[in-house]
Amino acid sequence: MLTREKLIEKALLLLALSAIGSLALITIFIFLEGLPIILKTGVSHFIFGAHWAPTKGHFGILAMILSSLYVTLGALIFGVPLALACAIILAEFAPASLTKILKPTIELLAGIPSVVYGFLGVVLLVPLIRSYLGGPGLSLLAAAMILGIMILPTVISISIDAMNAVPALYREGSIALGATQWQTVRKLVLPAARSGIITAIILGMGRAIGETMAVIMVAGNALSIPTSILDSVRTLTANIALELGYASGAHREALFATGIVLFIIIMILNSAATLIAGRK
Amino acid sequence: MQNKNPLPFLVWMLCGCLVLVSLACGRGDRQSQTLTIAGSTSVQPFAEKLAEVYMKQCPGLLINVQGGGSSAGIMAVQQGAAQIGASSRELHGEEKKLHEAVIAWDGIAVIVHPSCPLDNISLTTLRQIFAGEIKDWAALGLKPHGMHVITREEGSGTRTAFEELVMDRREISPTALVQDSNGAVREIVAHDPHAIGYISCGLVDQQVKALAIEGVLPTGANIKKNLYKLTRRFLFVTAQQPAGLAQEFCAFVLSPQGQILLEKEGLIGVH
Repeated sequence: MLTREKLIEKALLLLALSAIGSLALITIFIFLEGLPIILKTGVSHFIFGAHWAPTKGHFGILAMILSSLYVTLGALIFGVPLALACAIILAEFAPASLTKILKPTIELLAGIPSVVYGFLGVVLLVPLIRSYLGGPGLSLLAAAMILGIMILPTVISISIDAMNAVPALYREGSIALGATQWQTVRKLVLPAARSGIITAIILGMGRAIGETMAVIMVAGNALSIPTSILDSVRTLTANIALELGYASGAHREALFATGIVLFIIIMILNSAATLIAGRK
Repeated sequence: MQNKNPLPFLVWMLCGCLVLVSLACGRGDRQSQTLTIAGSTSVQPFAEKLAEVYMKQCPGLLINVQGGGSSAGIMAVQQGAAQIGASSRELHGEEKKLHEAVIAWDGIAVIVHPSCPLDNISLTTLRQIFAGEIKDWAALGLKPHGMHVITREEGSGTRTAFEELVMDRREISPTALVQDSNGAVREIVAHDPHAIGYISCGLVDQQVKALAIEGVLPTGANIKKNLYKLTRRFLFVTAQQPAGLAQEFCAFVLSPQGQILLEKEGLIGVH
């Protein structure tokens, strides 16, 4: 009996390790493929160079790093207020029966493939921006708006969980002292759930920065550093996905190197989220 | 009793894995009946059409046509992942060791929205537009409005050919929008009255207007007579002199029937 138990334990351990192993393999692989070109170009040239013409030997990804950050920031500006309002309503004000229907519906948003978001963006949003605001329509603004919607489910559901984790006793105490429900939410629930909400926002950022398909479709993918929200931008992920099909040699390595930068940014975001979530 | 439960579960899982692995291996055996063509998205629609007709003639044969781009197709041939690589750019460096067969000629059409009054453009103006020197339609004598220049991604066969034929070693402006397929470029130009882009001639349809270059329209006759300036070759690349299925398919493509099919689709035959 005991040996069988041990056997099962070992088998499960092996399965668990294989999951972590694949992460390790991916990490090793992209670093092996991408690091040589970064070192050859020079780290500062690679990160702070704004000239990307990989088939002619120029590997500067500053424009794409900035674009990724701008698009993500834009997504947060559109997405976070919406998501927080939604989370507050669902966690604090809406009757339980309504929450039961609405929360899964919102989570369904996460299940819509990103290409569908991108398609809607191209068909609906881009022509609107082109005719009312000018420019080619495929723009930073379009990408930020689409991503703002795409991060909703992540931010909303984690924020709701954070607010639900605030003990009911606190609320009752606050109400008993004469505070209105809104005062209770603003002065008590939100501060108490702050670390959870910040985690939600950071994970939303990770989602936005990692999104590829929808961004390729609506952002226009121009290589210059954007000077207005109507300018077309190319994010790090879009750069990899756009060019990998045709890339060979140093060009291919440079795309892996783009992957390394993206990997590091996402690692930082995720560690920040874990750190903040751990610190109450 | 409870301790026993996980074991059958694990056994089932192992069995499942074995079945999956054997299925994956089983696919390998059928490969002899399958021909894989991978490569340029410019060639893909034509290769699909050819494959469709050829598969009707040879029942039991499965031709797999994949996109991915010229470089990906050439790499697939080098690594043995595809028997035929479709390329819309010339081979260079290491790639020259491979065997190439020219299957057709193609023009690159410069396209604008049908409502654009422009009909003709000179190579120099075109170069200035794509280099980012001309940014407004007013420079061409039209109603002033920002120009939306659309190009293809770095490494694309169509872009490489366009750079060689038009840009004269100048770089395409970084402010140009980048799309990753002929279809996407056409889609944008079809809906944006101020856009200008370039696509394979074979893919021009009523949604967009192809401009004449130096007074010559990209028609089949003009490309054939070599009057139209922006012309390139479509290649089928194989590891060695093609043999077996690949050879039969290449022969079909180069046969009168295959060539007529390509011409009907908008390309220019090699004969």
